[in-house]
Amino acid sequence: MIVAERKPLEEIESMLKGYRRVLTVGCGTCVAVCLAGGEKEVGILNAELQIARKLDENPIELGAACVERQCDMEFLDELQGMVDQYDAILSMACGAGVQFMAERFEDVPVFPAVDTTFIGANRDVGWYEEKCRACGTCVLGMTAGICPVTMCAKGLFNGPCGGTNNGYCEIGNDQPCAWYRIYERLARQGRLEQIMEIHPANEWRNQTPRTLVQAAYRKRKELAAS
Amino acid sequence: MELKSGSNLEKILRAGQFAFTGELGPPRGANDAAVREKAKFLRGVVDSVNITDNQTAMVRMSSWAASLIALQEGLEPNYQMVCRDRNRLAMQSDVLGAYALGIRNMLCLSGDHQQFGDHPRAKSVYDIDSMQLIQMVQGMRDGGKFQGGADIETPPRVFIGAAANPFADPFEWRVHRLAKKVKAGADFIQTQCIYNMDKFRRWVQQANDMGLTEKVFILAGVTPMKSIGMARYMKTKVPGMDVPDAIIKRLQGVDKKKVADEGIQIACEQIAEFKEMKGVAGVHLMAIEWEHKVPEIAERAGMLPRPQV
Repeated sequence: MIVAERKPLEEIESMLKGYRRVLTVGCGTCVAVCLAGGEKEVGILNAELQIARKLDENPIELGAACVERQCDMEFLDELQGMVDQYDAILSMACGAGVQFMAERFEDVPVFPAVDTTFIGANRDVGWYEEKCRACGTCVLGMTAGICPVTMCAKGLFNGPCGGTNNGYCEIGNDQPCAWYRIYERLARQGRLEQIMEIHPANEWRNQTPRTLVQAAYRKRKELAAS
Repeated sequence: MELKSGSNLEKILRAGQFAFTGELGPPRGANDAAVREKAKFLRGVVDSVNITDNQTAMVRMSSWAASLIALQEGLEPNYQMVCRDRNRLAMQSDVLGAYALGIRNMLCLSGDHQQFGDHPRAKSVYDIDSMQLIQMVQGMRDGGKFQGGADIETPPRVFIGAAANPFADPFEWRVHRLAKKVKAGADFIQTQCIYNMDKFRRWVQQANDMGLTEKVFILAGVTPMKSIGMARYMKTKVPGMDVPDAIIKRLQGVDKKKVADEGIQIACEQIAEFKEMKGVAGVHLMAIEWEHKVPEIAERAGMLPRPQV
């Protein structure tokens, strides 16, 4: 899922300084699961903002809403008719949701309430780890299910480097060395031949803004365009 | 007169002389003679020569190395640096090395996207952008600090250049972006190739009105058309280029053998106007793969001999 972190209250306050009527919109998918921007977090943020603005003697009127997915125009339609009553929208979705919101309601300023952090997995309650950089050229088959682009601090394709330190990365002792673990796991599976050959320079597919239309829907897109 | 770098280009500009700079594209190989060959046409003809940095995202001899060869050949290089291929560490160390070896001008650019070149699937760096690069070099020179905040023992005293494209959209925004580059620390500006004179006049007027031309030297970019095909290519294929139909018509109106000559004639007429234009401090001649023609163009445009300052 997409993992996000609530921005500090001061930063959100400074973005909303000149606005008196603000609609805070949560997102019910990834950011709700990672406890950053779901319905519950909308309530908490609004309560914090309310108090802060009261103390500043600059009261604010806050609305609350939560849609299933802000990265889907269909769900944003639900806000139509509601948005007109506000000077600004505070979106608690990831960067994709914020941008779709801003595109859907172009005349209204939209501000982000979270920092989108990474694509990650849930290690424990409230504990998330980055796992994927969406590079577009997955090599997990070769690397025993450990992503070298994400988990190696240098993003090496032919590791481990000389900085590997008793199974840990040179950047610090709590960061395991991805390539040490790749080696260990491949060795256990008897698959070390996977990394015996030089892995050539990557053909990066994430250097321009990307669009994906699944094969089954390409005709539909062409029709829509014509 | 207090100089920031002491480069010839800076001295020419600060003395109020109309500057004339050229361009030299390094070779796609390790052949230093290729640089020396091009350099010999430019010696004594231009005040400084831009040495391009992997232009159009094609791998070429590094711009600092070709700059040093140009220096050996008696030219003053204007070392170009793009943000596509280096992070802030590499950029700062290259600036230090370039200065240590005698390079006194540099031009800070974003660089063409690698998709346009011969390594389209390369990972680009863009750790910082051109605006931040200008700011970083200015901080190194005037503040004596690395971007990370540490002191520099011997700061690199380079004359800082930046690019401006008056023809990219939105037109109303261009002068404000120029203002940001001036604020970031640019000493001089070299513009995109100018063909739409009317639009350029309006842009310079805006820069004059905002007081920018008192803070920065603007060198107008000129690229003579070698052929009708080149003019068409520039018009349709090069992003941010504005070639009015009148230019193409004019080239079509002359005898086939005279097209290149007409291209030079147009360039000379432009230069004549720039010399008189308030807010324009010089001309940057980008005679792309046409270095041997530069002496003739300079002569015909009345740019010779170059002033000694």
